[in-house]
Amino acid sequence: MAQRARPLSPFLHYRWQYTNTLSILHRITGVLLSLGFFLLVYWLAAAAAGPERYQVARDTLGSPLAKLVLFGAVFSFCYHLLNGVRHLFFDFGRGFELKTARTSGWAVAIGALILGLALWFAIGAGLGGAA
Amino acid sequence: MSLRSPLRRVTGLGSAKSGAAHWYAQRVTAAALVLLGLWFVVSLATLGGASHALVVAWLSSPLASALAVLLVLTSAYHALLGLQVVIEDYVADKNTRTGMLLAVKFALVVAAVIGVLAVLRIALGVAA
Repeated sequence: MAQRARPLSPFLHYRWQYTNTLSILHRITGVLLSLGFFLLVYWLAAAAAGPERYQVARDTLGSPLAKLVLFGAVFSFCYHLLNGVRHLFFDFGRGFELKTARTSGWAVAIGALILGLALWFAIGAGLGGAA
Repeated sequence: MSLRSPLRRVTGLGSAKSGAAHWYAQRVTAAALVLLGLWFVVSLATLGGASHALVVAWLSSPLASALAVLLVLTSAYHALLGLQVVIEDYVADKNTRTGMLLAVKFALVVAAVIGVLAVLRIALGVAA
């Protein structure tokens, strides 16, 4: 059976706008958070395995490399959360007007930066400085 | 009267009739994760330390353990639905795509079971 030419995806022939970047960032942060989910499970499993195993996990998650990953996970969480709510409004047919979609896009991007920093320091303080 | 073209009918391809359920489940889990995610990060920020005793004491409370189990299950399901869409969108080769989908789903289900059992062990006092 001969393959017919398939229709092209929109990103191949639409002009770039910054809302495109917001959309692809939602996917990227979603994939990163999926990886973060495995860290959450690792942490829970270590806590269930007893104090010694937990301490190993705590040291591992407190290493500079892990802290960088957790830093990214916190910002991904904030961005995906805020932009996710924005998309839920889209799903109800709200906020599609060009001006609204752009304003809410900026609000999400700036909000994620502020919330991410606040959350990073709040969690850092809550966990006694050792993430 | 069908909206499908004659060629589409002949090739036998078309909607799998399950797209709406996938789309809807992604949104329902998203709404749940807004609440569960905020609960989780606020809990971490107010835990007062990351020691084993504090974490176990926190997850031993009925409410926290219930929400933690819900967080693990809902995140795993939401991640599964999301990663499935990403893989289906970007991996063109059918065998690679099927393999990746299976690998991702297996990994998420295994991690979810480990996560739920970990919370239950702590909640029920089985943890060391």
